[in-house]
Amino acid sequence: MIYFELFYTFFLIGLFTFGGGYAMIPMIQEQVVNKGWLQESQLTDFIAISESTPGPFAINISTFVGSQTGGVFGAICSTIGVVLPSFIIIILISLILARFLKNRFVKGALNGVKPVVVALIASTAIVLLIKILLYQGHPLFSQSLYFDRVSFTLLLVLSLFAFIYKRMFKKSLNPILLILLSAVLGIVLFY
Amino acid sequence: MIPIIQKEVVEKRKWATSGEILDILAISESTPGPISVNAATYVGFKVAGFWGSFFATLGLVIPSFIIIYIISLFYKTFMSWSIVQAAFKGISVGVIILLFMAVLKLRKAVPNSLLSIVIFAAVLAGTLALNIFQIKIPFITLAIIALGLLIGVISTLLTRKEKE
Repeated sequence: MIYFELFYTFFLIGLFTFGGGYAMIPMIQEQVVNKGWLQESQLTDFIAISESTPGPFAINISTFVGSQTGGVFGAICSTIGVVLPSFIIIILISLILARFLKNRFVKGALNGVKPVVVALIASTAIVLLIKILLYQGHPLFSQSLYFDRVSFTLLLVLSLFAFIYKRMFKKSLNPILLILLSAVLGIVLFY
Repeated sequence: MIPIIQKEVVEKRKWATSGEILDILAISESTPGPISVNAATYVGFKVAGFWGSFFATLGLVIPSFIIIYIISLFYKTFMSWSIVQAAFKGISVGVIILLFMAVLKLRKAVPNSLLSIVIFAAVLAGTLALNIFQIKIPFITLAIIALGLLIGVISTLLTRKEKE
């Protein structure tokens, strides 16, 4: 049943999210795209929409995937699913609290998972980038890959902008500003 | 979100002190799940037990849920307009940059050790190879994360043995 599957999938994603909402993206790519709930090309749309609306990214993207897959009830199932592991674990920790964080093994486990999470996000970014830059041309000749020069130029321009912004203002470019800018440039270049 | 938590929870409602907020954030970041959900559950539990957590978390989720649900109703229609498709073609490139920015930011929290570098390189090379050769193993991402936790525990065990 789709509702139970949504709940169960997002429960697992919630349970394995270490270090903020972006850590969910590789798991969403694996679980949600492989199940056919989402096309890989839609993943970036969902990330952009979840990032540029108010509220926690993790909740936004879970609600969005759930809603697109199973309507309002699907959205409820996926959102409860992603929240529940946190909820259970934090209550358990609150009961036995203080010693937990100071435990060497807990610290060790976290130190082990941190580089994994960073590598997984980097890997997802590279895979998505390759898919954007190398698109399949005509459906009849889908063997041949084309290099999307326009997207590549856009990538260079936006990267340069983000880099200069950081140098000038000593802080990272606001994600919403970056999304807005890329939307405007997208309309200029592709429309 | 952290400045808002500081203002509402510490200054206005006095549910926690500034020092406790740091603990709450440390716990929220080092337990599984979205950081904001962890923080809401924790503050709720501290102030009013189980039902405190329940309503704090519910309060956090509902605005997102309603906004996103409404957006998702219009998503398909919206995406059929060619101007929106063009905008999202640009956005897909912007999102890639956001992902790389997240990588650079999260990298700062990774301990500077040979083990970290080896794990990072192995996971990156491994997942890219799986993708390029189109090898699909169910739950591989979850398995890799679990393996990272396990390696962390084992390396803690080994460092203690060396000291003894």
